[in-house]
Amino acid sequence: MKLTGAAHLVGEHIDTDAIIPAPYLVTTDPAELGKHCMEGLEPGWNTRLAKGDFIVAGRNFGCGSSREHAPVAILGAGVSVVIAHSYARIFYRNSFNMGLPLLEVGDDISRIQDGDPLEVDIVTGQILNKRTGETITAQPVPPFMQEILNAGGLVNYVKQRLTA
Amino acid sequence: MRHAVAHTLAMKLLQAASDEVIKEAGQIVRCRVSLVLANDITAPLAIKSFRKMGAATVFDKTKVALVMDHFTPNKDIASAEQVRGVREFAQEQDILHYYEGGDCGVEHALLPELGLVGPGDVVVGADSHTCTYGGLCAFATGMGSTDIAGAMALGETWFKVPQTIYVQIDGELAPYVGAKDLILHTIGKTGVDGARYKALEFGGGTVAALSVEGRMTMANMAIEAGGKAGLFPADAKTLAYAKAHGHAATQEIWPDAGAPYDEIITIDAGSLSPQVACPHLPDNVRGVDELAAEHIVVNQSVIGSCTNGRIEDLREAAAILKGRKVKKTVRCVVLPATPNIWTQALREGLLETFMEAGCIVGPPTCGPCLGGHMGILAKGERAIATTNRNFKGRMGHLESEVYLSSPSLAAAAAVAGEIVHPASL
Repeated sequence: MKLTGAAHLVGEHIDTDAIIPAPYLVTTDPAELGKHCMEGLEPGWNTRLAKGDFIVAGRNFGCGSSREHAPVAILGAGVSVVIAHSYARIFYRNSFNMGLPLLEVGDDISRIQDGDPLEVDIVTGQILNKRTGETITAQPVPPFMQEILNAGGLVNYVKQRLTA
Repeated sequence: MRHAVAHTLAMKLLQAASDEVIKEAGQIVRCRVSLVLANDITAPLAIKSFRKMGAATVFDKTKVALVMDHFTPNKDIASAEQVRGVREFAQEQDILHYYEGGDCGVEHALLPELGLVGPGDVVVGADSHTCTYGGLCAFATGMGSTDIAGAMALGETWFKVPQTIYVQIDGELAPYVGAKDLILHTIGKTGVDGARYKALEFGGGTVAALSVEGRMTMANMAIEAGGKAGLFPADAKTLAYAKAHGHAATQEIWPDAGAPYDEIITIDAGSLSPQVACPHLPDNVRGVDELAAEHIVVNQSVIGSCTNGRIEDLREAAAILKGRKVKKTVRCVVLPATPNIWTQALREGLLETFMEAGCIVGPPTCGPCLGGHMGILAKGERAIATTNRNFKGRMGHLESEVYLSSPSLAAAAAVAGEIVHPASL
């Protein structure tokens, strides 16, 4: 499945307080959380997004608190995929559980600039930068995470275990 | 138990909870969990996922802890509604360890005190500072709500066996230098992602000399280096702590000789001055002497949290505040982390010291640490805090600042109105 949209650059070590500040953690509603996505970085940040756009981040994206509201807010804001140099551990696990695809590209992240039109294949991990014509390949998803994805996420994985 | 390969503490603790043989870091293993926890922010999402999973009951109603500590006493209607949902779930599931009212404290101070976590346990919590229990030699790590829902349903979870960075700390600490300074210095060395996907394991003479509470302060901030766990061996002190709090552990736990460490960091603790993490990342660490020269004025000082809200921390702060006054321009908020600590501080006369100094003494709550309530910063304001994170906007307005320090530095700043070395008061 190929997804198209624009890249929205954020920096390094973007923490979950930046992704969704704690005062908004009084709801679990994706649409409501989505309205405040990245508000800890810049108020109104989410208004730049068109549905299906991409967040493109530096090192250690999603560090800090374990709040699952972070991937939920990103999904609620209409972002289809996050592409980063690397991810913090809890955020990485949470995103797979919530069905937010993450692509990890290491130093190749510098090949994407703010606003670049991208075409992303989350199955192959290929990212085509339509401005430069370059293709970046993300690191493959670890096999165990792929199993959870194949089961339809952790909720379904546990459901299958409970009924087995 | 003898293993085919030498085990780090992380490998050893996971091995004891798994039927699979742990051979190396990177392996994915399924482990039984001793305790699963969530709080008033993360439990609502966990319950939502638990329902979606079709789970009827939790795996063991005595091994799930639900601690309503973040926005409590409920700061607004929305938080009250969230807590009500968790309370109803706890009642429905007959959860033994549900805490909300006068028996509630900051989760990572409360659960060790109740003997619910201890040496050899594998604990998962929907809170990133679950790693605190590594101070007691439990493999403890934070996860998101849905992972926690899975563990609540199955009584097990999956782990990638982490690589380990060994932190060897030796040397005698100077006055006003303690556990918080050691962990801030460590994070300054590793950086906020230096231990990403890895465990930190602490050893050496300084660590052996630390109290169990001090070790919990250090383990608490392993996540601030990106770590999955911050682990200390279970020695005689740990076992004495476990026994005193009613935990069943009786065996010391040490890493195997020749355990495979990914990296070794050595720290000369004797040369350290009090450390401060400056805005806006916990690895932006500098010595207090350097900062004092810059006359960094503070509007608020927060003493409390899962990092530094224990009785030793309050004693440390009270020793500075005794016979002194908080500067008129500073709000000094003291939040003992549990009802027991609160009562103990009352009996020891610490609360009287705080009140006479002009502090605000509040109830046990995470409150201001995450910008929840009980001490929010306005635009341009600056706080010094014994908490664990100084991300942009963490304690309030996006244009406010947080400096992280030990209780004695936070108390000294409250008196001086700026960041100073306590010895200079």
